[in-house]
Amino acid sequence: MTPKISFRDVRKTFDIAGRTAFTALEGLNLDIEDGEFITVVGPSGCGKSTAMNIAAGLTAPSSGQVLIDDTPVSGPGPERGVIFQQYALFPWLTVRQNVEFGLKIAGHKRDERRRIADHFIALVGLTDFANSLPKTLSGGMKQRCAIARAYAVNPKILLMDEPFGALDALTRVQLQDQLLTMWSKERRTVVFITHDVDEAVYLASRVVVMAARPGRLHKIVNVDLPYPRTEDMRLSSEFSELRNEVWRAVYHPAAAA
Amino acid sequence: MESENTSDKARGIPLPTGPLAMLGINIVAVVFGISMWALVTSYGVVGLPTPLAVARQAVIQAQSGLLWSDAIASLGRVFTGFALGILVAIPVGFLMGWYKVARAIIEPYVQFFRTIPPLAIIPLAIVTMGIDETPKIFVIFLASFLSSVVATYQGVISVDRTMINAARVLGANDFTIFRRVIVPASLPYIMVGVRIGLGSSWSTVVAAELIAAQSGLGFRMQQAQLYYDLATIFVSLISIGILGLIMDRIVMAIDSVLTAWQEKL
Repeated sequence: MTPKISFRDVRKTFDIAGRTAFTALEGLNLDIEDGEFITVVGPSGCGKSTAMNIAAGLTAPSSGQVLIDDTPVSGPGPERGVIFQQYALFPWLTVRQNVEFGLKIAGHKRDERRRIADHFIALVGLTDFANSLPKTLSGGMKQRCAIARAYAVNPKILLMDEPFGALDALTRVQLQDQLLTMWSKERRTVVFITHDVDEAVYLASRVVVMAARPGRLHKIVNVDLPYPRTEDMRLSSEFSELRNEVWRAVYHPAAAA
Repeated sequence: MESENTSDKARGIPLPTGPLAMLGINIVAVVFGISMWALVTSYGVVGLPTPLAVARQAVIQAQSGLLWSDAIASLGRVFTGFALGILVAIPVGFLMGWYKVARAIIEPYVQFFRTIPPLAIIPLAIVTMGIDETPKIFVIFLASFLSSVVATYQGVISVDRTMINAARVLGANDFTIFRRVIVPASLPYIMVGVRIGLGSSWSTVVAAELIAAQSGLGFRMQQAQLYYDLATIFVSLISIGILGLIMDRIVMAIDSVLTAWQEKL
């Protein structure tokens, strides 16, 4: 089976006056299967956001390529939904109008737009706020709106760049469970970037650990816990072992290697 | 990045802060100022007219229709020049923000003419355009254009990159991004430019009328100066202030409707 997303020797350097000043990503090779939930964790400067932006088509790699269903990425496309840490909602549009944004571009009729938008707004639990402006929502609600907006255009892949990074610990745990519930109902291939080791283990079937200077893939940790994930699992010894393994790989990459 | 809004209550000042209380304080402050003016002038300390004399002169001018025709003449010039200025500034500002080449062509001119006070153009405008309405409207156009074009351009280049990326990954092309993201996102900046532009148009019209005009509030003051008619000068000055204030409040009201979605501090 061909992988859904395939990083092939992806390299990204930032050059100043023709000389490589900074290597953000050094030869990344990674295959992600259809329907998989991958988390990417690593210290800042490890190139995890760069890798995601290249897959999203927002940044061009210096060399190498990312294949989606065997087709090289040449730009952004609605089959890849992106969720940003800063929510990036359009503040002049209501929740429903935000969710309908991509549907409008795709040329859906008005009634259809409304039906699809309301379905995903209900799925993230924002039905009562469909007509509210983003400024009236909490951070968690804004991110739920952004998730609904990304889902609405029916992408095959969801790329999430530290989506819960700006939220408090409690909201974060709630949104993790909501995201997994949503993923089980509306299965997509998910690449989820985080700097939170607990979050990485709890969500993923595989945790990709990256190292910095230069940014590179360090280790892949398989999480052999079944879905749906529960609070009991989060508190289990298997979970803490996996978390410790990821923790060591993130914070002591040299020793673990 | 995200901070909880700091509460005003934290300072623990027991003064009333409601909008009505604030309006009350405004009125008291204005009444106090006028009383001080009355007090100082009634003793003849500074040789200025009393508030009563100015009010009487205002009534005379209002009854003769002179006040209204002056105000309409000044407002007419401001609106014509200001509307033209905004109408040209917004597309040019967008052009500068959106296309780097357009920016490189236009920016030196804008930056250069911005350093010249519009009033300094008046002698040139009178020589080349005559003494009718054209030079005055042109100078007002220039004043409002220069302040609005920079604001619009700033608005376009300040649009959050992430928001543009968010639109792009939802399938938006350049035109859609421009129409559905850049234009609404830069609206708050444009409104700031409109407000500054209106202010500078208003100050420019009065100055232009002082130099060369046969009507308008500035012209009336210039005439009164010849006859040492201080009351008329005061009537004109106060009219200019009140009209400027009203126009500013109208722009603010429009702004608060258009940018109600903004998260304000």
